[in-house]
Amino acid sequence: MYNIIYLLLRRMRVPLIMVILAYAISILGLVLMPGMDDQGNPWKMSFFHAFYFVSFMGSTIGFGEIPYPFSDAQRIWTTLAMYMTVISWLYAIGALFSIVQDKAFRRVVAYANFAHEVRRIRERFYLVCGFGDAGQLLVRELAEHGIRSVVIDKNETKIHSLQLEELRMSIPGLTADFTDSTALVTAGLYKPQCAGVIALTDNDHVNLMVSITSKLLAPEVTVICRAESHDSQANIASFGTDYIINPFDNFAERFALMFRSPSMYLVYEWMTSIHTAALTEFAAPPKGTWIICGYGRFGKAIQQSLSFKGIKTVIVELDPEGTHAPEGTIKGRGTEAITLHEAGIEHADGLIAGTDDDANNLSIIMTSLHLNEDLFTVARQNISSNDAIFEAANIDITMQPGRLIGKQIVDMLTTPLLTEFLRMAIMQNEEWANVLVSRVAGVLTDRTPESWAMTISTIQSPAVTQLLRRGETVTVRDLLTDPREITASLPCVALYLRHQNHEELLLPEDETPLQIGDQLLICGQETAETHMRWTAGNSHALSYICHGYDRPSGSLWRWLSARRSSRADN
Amino acid sequence: MNLEKVVFAFFIVLALTLNFGFFIGDLDDPSHHNIYELFAALVVSLIATIMKFGDRAHIGAVLLATSLVADLQLVAAAVIWTITEHATATGMTPMMMASIVSLSGGALLANITSVIILVTETVMFRR
Repeated sequence: MYNIIYLLLRRMRVPLIMVILAYAISILGLVLMPGMDDQGNPWKMSFFHAFYFVSFMGSTIGFGEIPYPFSDAQRIWTTLAMYMTVISWLYAIGALFSIVQDKAFRRVVAYANFAHEVRRIRERFYLVCGFGDAGQLLVRELAEHGIRSVVIDKNETKIHSLQLEELRMSIPGLTADFTDSTALVTAGLYKPQCAGVIALTDNDHVNLMVSITSKLLAPEVTVICRAESHDSQANIASFGTDYIINPFDNFAERFALMFRSPSMYLVYEWMTSIHTAALTEFAAPPKGTWIICGYGRFGKAIQQSLSFKGIKTVIVELDPEGTHAPEGTIKGRGTEAITLHEAGIEHADGLIAGTDDDANNLSIIMTSLHLNEDLFTVARQNISSNDAIFEAANIDITMQPGRLIGKQIVDMLTTPLLTEFLRMAIMQNEEWANVLVSRVAGVLTDRTPESWAMTISTIQSPAVTQLLRRGETVTVRDLLTDPREITASLPCVALYLRHQNHEELLLPEDETPLQIGDQLLICGQETAETHMRWTAGNSHALSYICHGYDRPSGSLWRWLSARRSSRADN
Repeated sequence: MNLEKVVFAFFIVLALTLNFGFFIGDLDDPSHHNIYELFAALVVSLIATIMKFGDRAHIGAVLLATSLVADLQLVAAAVIWTITEHATATGMTPMMMASIVSLSGGALLANITSVIILVTETVMFRR
């Protein structure tokens, strides 16, 4: 839509005309000035000589008086022409530089580059609106999985930070207003490769606007939207947004899970942690009284799920009327000892610092730990760059909305099977979860497990399908065997198996035979994935695992071994 | 009255008239074709081109194209003149003069197109 060259030419009009006029006047003057040749005959410069002379004079190269020494008349004119051409050149060059450095011009250039980059994308990509904490995590993790994204943010510094980030692929980024639908179109909304639009800004209304624009302009595109309040959630859902993610509700749900089934909570934590995070230790939360500081969206969601579990809560809120806090709410910020005393901090078992200000949350935690050092503390961290201080504060659970959303969307997009598994797993009982935890813990070192999905198909596992087509059986165990040492198994666990006919198996037994079209979810150490994919793709490795010996592969060797075995039979 | 429009039309028409002035006369007679006139035609044509820069409308693009054609033809004529005068032993010959003038004749056609477009656009506006 913008054309850089047109813009440049339009703004260079006056300087260029000045240069041409200066040259024309200088050349004409030189041609008209009377001179003398080397024999003393009257001589006038031709246009060619004049052009040649002005060209090197104007650019201040200066070869001297060519072809004959000048007459005084010519020198007078040259003096004038010198100033004229040099000034006009400087003016033109200065104008060119100022245009190139002009903010508006650079924005046009950035826009054109972005559009060009997006046009060149030939693979599936996601359009991410909002490059905050959640967006950064999402884009980074998707890139790790080899999935491209295109980023729009209205804040220029965010886009700069995207360009500085070292990702495995180039991610085009644009500074634009989200409500401008042309920006979405430039970012590739109409492209058939656009797999989805993900609205992740911290403003529900903007997210709503992005979702509605995408759904109207490209109805077949998947739209994932972040929403933090219940009414905008309902509003966004009303026009068919595919997934709506509310970080506070999600955290509250998981928080409740911690009380109901600690093992299940651990499973959740492990499966949904970010790429190669350190394995966290689990501390069961106390079931006594909890103090909730801040009754906003976060506090409300937590309070709801705690009271659902029958746990007593005391709320501390600066503005009880405005937030519709329940009876018995203590008025105050929670950062002062007096308020915390009033809330009964000495007898409380847990404390939740859930205001939208990181400094206040930290202050609440520090003050209350000072008053009661046995407290179980939960803090809401709003800005991801505060990681270090939150870590130093020794908080039991830190909830970071951006990270939570980012990770959830990554899982949804890269391993949809995992989301499916977790949905099924949550309905199982505590014993089942214990078994799962001990099995997974058995194969781990000090890092959280990676999970990956494998489909039994010619593309993803050619060796397996080849063997199955031949009528042989391949079991889950075969895939989990270490191809380098067949008596050992890889450090991973099969979590979930889905047959093509939608029959589902949680924690499939090792002897379960695989069928073509099966989808298998596995979790374990990152290295196991490489080995497993190798087994699944290499028929020699797989048949070695299945039969325990190397099968002859060349036709000669096959014929020889057939002969040998027929002789042995005789 | 818009001064910008006046200047714009002035240069386009001037490019045509100067070009015509150089072109008219016997094709191969050097005395009928003044070098100053060619110089003026070339300079004015260049200026006219730059004035048409940056107009994104379709008609603006066509105007720019015709102007570029005229520039090309006139520059070619000037280059041939320079080479004949300075880089050949014979100097100006009627044959060379004829090719210079016919090149400028091509530029004349392009300039006429320019003026026709300009007039058409003006008539369409009726202001």
